[in-house]
Amino acid sequence: MERLAPSARRDAYGSKINRAHSPVLAYGVPWVTTMLGSLTPMLPIIAPAPILPPLGYLMLLAWRLARPGVLPMWAGFPLGLFNDLYSGQPIGSSILLFSLTMIALELIELRFPWRSFWQDWLIAALFIPLYLMGSALFSGAEISLDRLPLLIPQILLSVIAFPIIAKMISLLDNLRLTRVRRIR
Amino acid sequence: MAPPSANRSGSNKRAQLGLFAGYLAAGLGMALGILLLAISLWRPETFNGLRSMASDAAAPVGEVGAAGRVGSRNFFEAIAGYYDAGSKNAELEEEIKIARVKLAEARALAQENERLKAVLSLSDGDVSPITTARLIGSTSTSTRRFAYLSAGRREGVEPGMPVTSPLGLVGRVLEAGANTSRVLLLTDTDSVVPVRRATDNTVAFAEGRADGSLRIRLINLGINPLKVGDIFVTSGAGGMFHPGTAVAMVSEITDDGAIGQLLSNPAATDVVIVKPVWQGELIDTMGDPLANDSEGAPEPEAEPDQAEE
Repeated sequence: MERLAPSARRDAYGSKINRAHSPVLAYGVPWVTTMLGSLTPMLPIIAPAPILPPLGYLMLLAWRLARPGVLPMWAGFPLGLFNDLYSGQPIGSSILLFSLTMIALELIELRFPWRSFWQDWLIAALFIPLYLMGSALFSGAEISLDRLPLLIPQILLSVIAFPIIAKMISLLDNLRLTRVRRIR
Repeated sequence: MAPPSANRSGSNKRAQLGLFAGYLAAGLGMALGILLLAISLWRPETFNGLRSMASDAAAPVGEVGAAGRVGSRNFFEAIAGYYDAGSKNAELEEEIKIARVKLAEARALAQENERLKAVLSLSDGDVSPITTARLIGSTSTSTRRFAYLSAGRREGVEPGMPVTSPLGLVGRVLEAGANTSRVLLLTDTDSVVPVRRATDNTVAFAEGRADGSLRIRLINLGINPLKVGDIFVTSGAGGMFHPGTAVAMVSEITDDGAIGQLLSNPAATDVVIVKPVWQGELIDTMGDPLANDSEGAPEPEAEPDQAEE
């Protein structure tokens, strides 16, 4: 008797027999993790200066770069609104910057449809400083040009943190596509 | 290999429309963002209700974290305590000897103080705090410096109330939700506190610089009398902060004043005290500057100073 290839029954996402992906997980995980990232200010760190990477934005970038199409283009509005509620920025600043990011990434993908780790990191390293400087500009705080070095540690930390976040997202992506639903 | 892309609609009319709708929705979101941003920069208090509701909802997360922060610090301190215990013991005994003398002196001073106050028929300046609470989080990713406090309107916290720690002033309440409130820390660029040097009456303004230090601007310009190590306390001008609360120590002298380091680093404080506004009635009669602006604190005093620039 012929034997089926082992990969026909199982793959990285679990058994293929009698199991299917859960739509709640498959569509919900990107939204929920990005929103959890936006809750960074509730971490027990009372920072005297802006220092922590904007985890919500990093997660949005990482999800969008790893899985184009999982977050719709309009996701910048609801996720940005949620981010603004906690980040201390005036409401609207992240909505604008998140939406712009989604549109810009769509256009970049149109031009460069290939994917690689270095390309993703390069894009992130381009977008993160723009986002942080945009946030500082829209924050309503009186930050003059000579105070801009204030942002440098945060920008560097965020750029360095991106690969870690991207790795976390790829692990979460495995969770997202795990076959948990039982088919009867 | 290039992945299959949803961007290539080809001649499929439906796909073309879907793609167009996507750009349209994202563009609309962006436009709405610009609108909301303009509103919240123009009238910063517009969305306060929404924000307090959100932080009320997330407060349990923050509370657990805050307890963990204090707990873990104690844990490491406990371990560190086992090292150099012997030398520390000797040091402490020496310190106790000195402290006993100082205590006696302080008692004498307190007595004298009481006597003098009785002579001047002044009432005791102690204020009973509104409540004690924890700082459960801060806007550690933004250039604005806000902290979240684990007490709100239910505990009697109102916007404008000064927040202090045993080490000095931390900030003031900007908006109060039901269970949480948002505190404008001293290091925010919108925070202006009228201060004076602890040893004499050199008055100045302490403005936040968003990086943990304060810019101390003298009101009377001329020869800069400040020295590194000078301590600044609140002067009580403006009626918001109780006079005599420690604020900053001078670490660097500049042309028009100094750069000061915050004495009560909010990162190191676990429990803070919310005090009532010092002269609330006075501020009310001045037309409630707090309700209009996020930078309201010592408005009447701040304006002539800004005009000098």
